[in-house]
Amino acid sequence: MLSDNEKTHWKRTTRLMLTHLAVWFFFSFVIHMFVNTLNQFTVPLLKFPLGFYMAAQGSLIVFVVMLFVFAWQQDRIDRQHGVAEDD
Amino acid sequence: MATAQAASAAFYRQLGRMYGMYTGGFLAFIIFVAALEWGGLQFGIERAGLNRIIGYCFVFFTLAVYAVIGVATRTAQVSEYYVAGRRVPAFYNGMATGADWMSAASFVGMAGSLFLQGYDGIAWVLGWTGGFVLVSILVGPYLRKFGAYTVPDFLAFRYGGNFARFLGVIVLVCCSFTYVTAQIYGTGLIAQRFLDMDLGLAVFVGLVGILLCAMLGGMRAVTWTQIAQYIVLIVAYLTPIIYLSYKRYGLPIPELTYGQAIQEIAAREQQLVREGLAVLCTPENCAAGTLKTHIQPFTTWTPLNFFGIIMCMMVGTASLPHILMRYFTTPSVREARVSVGWSLFFIFLLYFSAPAYAAFSKLEVYTNIIGNHINTLQPWVFTWGVHDGLISICGKAASSLQAVRDACAAIPGHTGIIRFQDFAINTDVIVLSTPEIAGLPYVISGLVAAGGLAAALSTADGLLLAIANALSHDIYYKMIQPLRPVGRYTVVVVILAVIVGSVVWFLRGVAGPYGIGVELRWVILGLGALPPLVVLPFWFGMNDVTKRLTVARVLLLYVAACSAALASTRPSDILAMVGWAFSLAMAGNFPAITMGIWWKRTTTTGAICGIIAGWGICLFYLVTTRYFPQFGVTWAGMTSLLNPETGRPLIDLTAMMAPNSKWVDQWPALASNPMANRVGWFDLNNINCGLLGMPLGFLVIYVVSLMTKPPSSEMMAYIDEIRKPRGRTVLEEKTT
Repeated sequence: MLSDNEKTHWKRTTRLMLTHLAVWFFFSFVIHMFVNTLNQFTVPLLKFPLGFYMAAQGSLIVFVVMLFVFAWQQDRIDRQHGVAEDD
Repeated sequence: MATAQAASAAFYRQLGRMYGMYTGGFLAFIIFVAALEWGGLQFGIERAGLNRIIGYCFVFFTLAVYAVIGVATRTAQVSEYYVAGRRVPAFYNGMATGADWMSAASFVGMAGSLFLQGYDGIAWVLGWTGGFVLVSILVGPYLRKFGAYTVPDFLAFRYGGNFARFLGVIVLVCCSFTYVTAQIYGTGLIAQRFLDMDLGLAVFVGLVGILLCAMLGGMRAVTWTQIAQYIVLIVAYLTPIIYLSYKRYGLPIPELTYGQAIQEIAAREQQLVREGLAVLCTPENCAAGTLKTHIQPFTTWTPLNFFGIIMCMMVGTASLPHILMRYFTTPSVREARVSVGWSLFFIFLLYFSAPAYAAFSKLEVYTNIIGNHINTLQPWVFTWGVHDGLISICGKAASSLQAVRDACAAIPGHTGIIRFQDFAINTDVIVLSTPEIAGLPYVISGLVAAGGLAAALSTADGLLLAIANALSHDIYYKMIQPLRPVGRYTVVVVILAVIVGSVVWFLRGVAGPYGIGVELRWVILGLGALPPLVVLPFWFGMNDVTKRLTVARVLLLYVAACSAALASTRPSDILAMVGWAFSLAMAGNFPAITMGIWWKRTTTTGAICGIIAGWGICLFYLVTTRYFPQFGVTWAGMTSLLNPETGRPLIDLTAMMAPNSKWVDQWPALASNPMANRVGWFDLNNINCGLLGMPLGFLVIYVVSLMTKPPSSEMMAYIDEIRKPRGRTVLEEKTT
């Protein structure tokens, strides 16, 4: 059977996964559903229509940053519960 | 631990030194060839001959480098061959994955799609990046902890036995084979254009390069060559647009400056419409030749298909075996996660530049070609126009100024000013021709060719390895070798009979129409028989490890040859084929893998039913809409897809299904059949067939699992092990 420690570890891991899944879903789909509304705004300095910018660059930047943040957060959870690998 | 850590730090530093020297050497080589070009022009060497020499220099120099790396990293150890010894650092594995991921479709094709489709083309950019989030949070690290050599390995372990393994192999081979054929075709296209070779021959030249990398060293060799290939492809992709951006806007960061280009495109589009040089696509009239504005969404794809592509490409990313297996090679679970981040970073460098390519070349075409007189056309138009009409003006291939004049004179009332509808460009030309459009020296064109080649080769390597590994590890080592001798020989003989039978059928029935002569058929048969005949005398003296690796290498050779044969028959529409591969992988693998990790209650029966149902419906939809649309319309209730702008059907089904129509009796439908790929359910394009398969797969797995007996407590304990990074891999534990 799993110890309480291991159960909390998995619970927190699952919660982290769901959070990132939600952010992923928002930047993959939800925001692009409003492309026409967003296109009425212009990115300052760069002069992109905002809706186009979010699809061509904005979402991609979010994905890259998200992956490093996820790796860091998950590692922290693993360490706190003593299930991380040795360094 | 301390010594291991010191050793890995030393290894890391050594890698940095080696690839640093390699990059420096590559840049020096570019400068050397540039000097050669300059010198050649000074001494009055003819331009065309010089260009060809430069093309050869780049292609053969880079191929030679990959081959040297491939041979130098050959190996005779099983874990080195399958997973590069599991010691590739996160940063370098990210680079290798980047090259593995970015194919000819990304390098050559994507900017072209963005050029033609504007905003709608971004669906591919989004779809091919966001999937890595799913890889990292749902799948990759857990498979690394499991310690598999291949994806079917995991399915077999989790779903108790060889039936699940067999299904996994079928899914893997189908999606990877579709994908690799497109890559080898892309390799051939580049070799053909820059070396002036026949496509068939060029395909096999590319093939030799691929085999040199992958055959001797397996995953280990592929990893180290892919890193080298990534460096070539990213330098080649970024150089031309950095220069263009600097020339036009004074800032060498194209990703920041192309916003201005997009504004200028929008202004120019309105101007063209005002001056009567273009007809705007509106809900009333959106026929071919009308102008779709660059930033207007949902003109090429309906919202359903736009978001469908994003979903299918993303989930497909997290299901494609050749990508997942790259994360089996990192030293730890932690590094596997970081490595996904690096992978996406290296991929991102290319993908967020692709829209800049599209915007710069579109602006160039809109200002310097459309609205100008045909007499002002630049020479680069004709250099691409002569190749199979990759650029055509006034409906004819733009092979020379005279040809263009004649073509436009044939159109009544044409004034000689090029209108929007007069100009057509093949999407593959955009990236390859940008250096010439920008007036850069030819050395940059050679560099771009080398980059495209690197992209196609590296992806083909990874895919071929995935297929050959599945066949040698899963089919041969795990399924055939454990059988008793009698059963083993029976299985081998049956498989051989099927293979020989299909080869003979191919050569007798199919080869003729493709111009493969009788002598060549004997040569093919002879070459095919050679590897087994060479291996046979040594076979009984080999130990098990050597046998395993020998089988892997021979199979790699065969798979490569088969896909090259298919590629040389010129299949059409690479992008669609790649899309199919993603959808098939998504429907077949994703539900079974994720539920196996995230829901302990998933049972063997549930998973097997889910794979069969989900993958089955995806395959059915794909094959029916592509090859048997009549069947779909008559028996499966399919209707014509709709035009996204006007909402009217794309094709007139009543006319086409009429008994006297020439299309209705065509089984299977050829690519020229207007019904092929244009029918379906719910207006869903068949690229998105995974959208039908994945939900069904999840549903079936869930329902059937609840109806069957829960997995053993032993299996549940193994799943708990997979979920914790600490400790040995589960496979090691099970075998010792």
